[in-house]
Amino acid sequence: MSLALDKPRQPRRPAARRSNGELYSWLFMRLSGLLLVVLVLGHLFIMNILDGGVHKINFGFVAGRWASPFWQFWDLAMLWLAQIHGGNGLRTVINDYARKDSTRFWLKMLLYVSMVLIISLGTFVIFTFDPNISN
Amino acid sequence: MTATAETTAGSRGSQPPVPDGAVTVTVKIRRFNPEFDDEPRWDSFDIPALPSDRVLNLLHYIKWYVDGTLTFRRSCAHGICGSDAMRINGVNRLACKVLLKDLLQKGDKQTTITIEPIKGLPVNKDLLVDMEPFFEAFRAVKPYLVTYGNEPTRERIQSVADRERFDDTTKCILCACCTTSCPVYWTEGSYFGPAAIVNAHRFIFDSRDEGAEERLDILNDIDGVWRCRTTFNCTDACPRGIQVTKAIQEVKRALLFKRV
Repeated sequence: MSLALDKPRQPRRPAARRSNGELYSWLFMRLSGLLLVVLVLGHLFIMNILDGGVHKINFGFVAGRWASPFWQFWDLAMLWLAQIHGGNGLRTVINDYARKDSTRFWLKMLLYVSMVLIISLGTFVIFTFDPNISN
Repeated sequence: MTATAETTAGSRGSQPPVPDGAVTVTVKIRRFNPEFDDEPRWDSFDIPALPSDRVLNLLHYIKWYVDGTLTFRRSCAHGICGSDAMRINGVNRLACKVLLKDLLQKGDKQTTITIEPIKGLPVNKDLLVDMEPFFEAFRAVKPYLVTYGNEPTRERIQSVADRERFDDTTKCILCACCTTSCPVYWTEGSYFGPAAIVNAHRFIFDSRDEGAEERLDILNDIDGVWRCRTTFNCTDACPRGIQVTKAIQEVKRALLFKRV
């Protein structure tokens, strides 16, 4: 171990990276949160309360909704925003609580892979949904 | 080595007579002696104390008359120097500013006061922690006046309104109560912590200073203000009553709108 007073004025922190990444991620959390309040509560209201509630949901109901580009866009926006909002939140949790750099790296990799998978699968379904499917 | 490991003698000899109106309180201290202990341990002391005593008086009593090996920092003992920050009954306080009468149990119940070192900094011995990581974060935000160009021949004038903007953050005494109450700082030591941000705020919003941009760049980093989760532990802990979380939010706003 070297003497603690070896170079007392030596800065130990790396210089600031001058990137606004953390600022944008912080701002995104606020804005997407506001949007999600509307999107998710609206979704829950339509699905669970309006017109007989949850019992009305079947293949035909979903097919009818997704015939309209408006509901397609609603669901797409909800999927992307919820995934990125939740993923970014988990990223900060991992940054805060992972103790080893390797743990932090692999947890984040797991998170990013799961985000990409779910976002692509959901987007794929919304855009390629076929109401006339026969099985 | 002149100090002894004997735990039954204080550094000032026999105990003084118990004053009238004294109550017996139990002081439970989290202790650690790196020469003997592998793990921190709890020690309890039953000592007489007056309701008008401060917690620091209890620690003095233990060190002077019961166990001279008890180690803690204190200097002015009047809430100015910021040396005796510790976790008292689970919250960060200055031992010299907490009165015993505010901790006493109602009725005849026995009062127990737990005292621990502040969290998130390496413990050297008992209540004494290594403050270097804390001061390193403090130095990293350039807590001094930064100006460019020729020095004025007269003093730098400032209006009352301009002075008011950073008045709150000038009160900081660097006791580390806020930084070591922050959950983000406990788990991730690379976060600058509230105290460093408070001291950056003091210069960022000073109209005479020209280094705001540099400091904002530093605090825009991954270890900077965006780590703050606004849990308000810092504001609650500050013995000077600084609105710490508000100061952090003002730095965030300055970064967001690129305007000081």
